[in-house]
Amino acid sequence: MLVKVHVTLKPGVLDPQGRAIGHALGSLGFDGVGDVRVGKVIELELADGTDSARVDEMCRQLLANTVIENYRVEAA
Amino acid sequence: MKTAVIVFPGSNCDRDVAVALERATGSRPAMVWHTEASLPDGTAAVAVPGGFSYGDYLRSGAVAARSPVMRAVADAAAKGVPVLGVCNGFQVLTEAGLLPGALMRNRGLNYICRPVALTVGEANSPFLTRYTAGETVKVPVAHNDGSYFADPETLDRLEGEGRVAFRYAETVNGSARSIAGITNSQGNVLGMMPHPERAAEPAHGNTDGARLFEGLLAAAS
Repeated sequence: MLVKVHVTLKPGVLDPQGRAIGHALGSLGFDGVGDVRVGKVIELELADGTDSARVDEMCRQLLANTVIENYRVEAA
Repeated sequence: MKTAVIVFPGSNCDRDVAVALERATGSRPAMVWHTEASLPDGTAAVAVPGGFSYGDYLRSGAVAARSPVMRAVADAAAKGVPVLGVCNGFQVLTEAGLLPGALMRNRGLNYICRPVALTVGEANSPFLTRYTAGETVKVPVAHNDGSYFADPETLDRLEGEGRVAFRYAETVNGSARSIAGITNSQGNVLGMMPHPERAAEPAHGNTDGARLFEGLLAAAS
């Protein structure tokens, strides 16, 4: 089974990369772009039937830093 | 005084910090590879060096923080052994949960590599015994992810408990409350982005960082 973990910065955490991307979009002529936030997607190939609690544990122990990041697990 | 320097794949300041420790303590530190499950017997201080452990994959310091040796470092820290994390070492200590908060991408997105002015904080730590709170020192920084972040409650707690070791005395990287280095609540764990080992002998042009290592020895004796 394939699982996708979406890791995003928590609201309120400054994202200078997102800000730079926003500026670049503006300079390309794309008006009306508000806040831009950069995250990452981690795809995990797991044994079929892997418990979602186990995936949650992976996220909390390593994949996300819960001081600054939120995560969401999606069954792909 | 027996000291140890932790070495991860991608560490690149391990030898520099070893030289600074040897100059201060008179004995050569043990270089401890990250797969070791324990520190040498009698280790009286540990340094987690700068560099790019595991290529900064996932997050700076994230993978190194989960390596076997870090359990031994955490055990030593819990027993009061002084632990210093410099730059990537600071990132490793926050990722390992030995220090609160996180180090984020510099606000200006630039890699910053230059000597910066720091104000010594109130923190009570064996690493700070040769500094005076409020004095200004100059120590080089060299980092991409040095902007310190913690939630406001944590920042208030760090300040309230006198755990800020160094603050930037100039604009550097967007760190919350200009924090450049903090300690744990006992004071024996210090994490800092600036590199004291790069200002540790006259040939560096500045010896402000040497006092950190000398203070460690003074605190131990």
